[in-house]
Amino acid sequence: MPLLTFLDRDHSIAPAGFSRWRVPPAALAIHLSIGQAYAFSVFNLPLSTLVGIDHAAPDDWKLSTIGWIFSVAIVFLGLSAFTFGRWLESAGPRKAMFASACCFAGGLLAAALGVRWHSIAVIYLGYGVLGGIGLGLGYISPVSTLMKWFPDRPGMATGLAIMGFGGGAMIGSPLAVALMAHFRTASSMGVAESFVAMSALYFALMMFGVFTVRLPAPGWTPPIGAGAANRARAARAAEAPRDVHVDRAIKTQSFWLLWAVLCLNVTAGIGVLGQASPMIQEMFPGSISAGAAAGFVGLLSLANMAGRFIWSSLSDYIGRPRTYAVYFALGAVLYAAVPGVGRAGSVTLFVAFYVVIMSMYGGGFATIPAYLRDIFGVRHVGAIHGRLLTAWSLAGVAGPVLVNYIREYQIGRGVPKAEAYTVTMYIMAGLLVFGMMANARVRPVDPSLWWRGTHE
Amino acid sequence: MSELSRGERWKVALAWLVVLVPAVWGVAQVIVKSAALFGR
Repeated sequence: MPLLTFLDRDHSIAPAGFSRWRVPPAALAIHLSIGQAYAFSVFNLPLSTLVGIDHAAPDDWKLSTIGWIFSVAIVFLGLSAFTFGRWLESAGPRKAMFASACCFAGGLLAAALGVRWHSIAVIYLGYGVLGGIGLGLGYISPVSTLMKWFPDRPGMATGLAIMGFGGGAMIGSPLAVALMAHFRTASSMGVAESFVAMSALYFALMMFGVFTVRLPAPGWTPPIGAGAANRARAARAAEAPRDVHVDRAIKTQSFWLLWAVLCLNVTAGIGVLGQASPMIQEMFPGSISAGAAAGFVGLLSLANMAGRFIWSSLSDYIGRPRTYAVYFALGAVLYAAVPGVGRAGSVTLFVAFYVVIMSMYGGGFATIPAYLRDIFGVRHVGAIHGRLLTAWSLAGVAGPVLVNYIREYQIGRGVPKAEAYTVTMYIMAGLLVFGMMANARVRPVDPSLWWRGTHE
Repeated sequence: MSELSRGERWKVALAWLVVLVPAVWGVAQVIVKSAALFGR
């Protein structure tokens, strides 16, 4: 069978006897791979000494120049999810996942060339633009497929996949460190070789996802066993709303309220995540070493990953509106309490509060596809999700700017470093209160907006 | 999954193994690193 035919949507239909539990690993293979992007910072220092090797030479790139590689990739993640979301629904998950693998692995290869030629523009275009397109395609491609396979547990299914994106850094970071140590010589930092090796490894893992993913046959329903819990699941699956086309969905108030819900939840979390290491050291001066702060960052990453699965799975039982109400209410209380905990000097409580906050930050990402499915149906959810991810792009800029700017402003006014985060925490709590208000206003769409297409 | 064939069950197990092995390795790295926070 020619490759392009194999990738077609029609050739991705599962045969009889296919287990739906083979689909989450396919999705995880994609998300664990593209999640490497969150670990790109481990290349920053080696990239800044490519010429000087053990010191920064005049021709070496500055860290601020290198920092743009990740930013460009995240911008193109949002742009490609926005642009290709609708194409994905017609092309099917296998073709989209294959395109994602080609772009992401191709981006790493191009970045290796950029290192060889010492051209930052080639790295921007390679890892940033091409790789970023791969990130966007890969992020949204398995989501609607999983919800079609798990109409009884859409939150759990998407939580599993999106958990992989959070966990990708945990593989990508030590892998990159190990590869650079292996390839490093007296005249090379081993970065280009590491990019090539990672390109091959990630392409192989992503192709495993491409070969494994399947779409359910038309009319397929999940196997539901006996028992009250299973009957409740079957009832939830049957409750799936009618579909709304993406063009109509983005004109509804509920879409923009959900956009605000995601944007506010991410803004409140992402800025703190980026400042976690200096924040804990400055709030507890003298008692937290740089190594312990790195451990704190690792713990937050773990909470971010675990929260994606735990909270989104819980949302299948308590409902999406209540789950987000918990994120916002509990998050606001915890943020407001953090300054007091800092003043009391309780590191354990401080860490515990942030672990819960970060779990809900991850949960917000993972629960949103199922929320969209509840409101707009499953047929166009990939495209709608792609549009909604623009909220992430904005929050990715607003969150860190808010945290960094307010901290510098406070310090500039003579506030001690240990107290410089107090106002930020109260602002984060306020943002979450606005998120709670937006969430409370989300409503099912009017039946006149239901999609009336006939195919499939 | 009681209605699945033995071959299909093996495929499910293999698929999970492919993704869980690197994931567990990565999580273990973080847990080891996080120990510094509590051993300070």
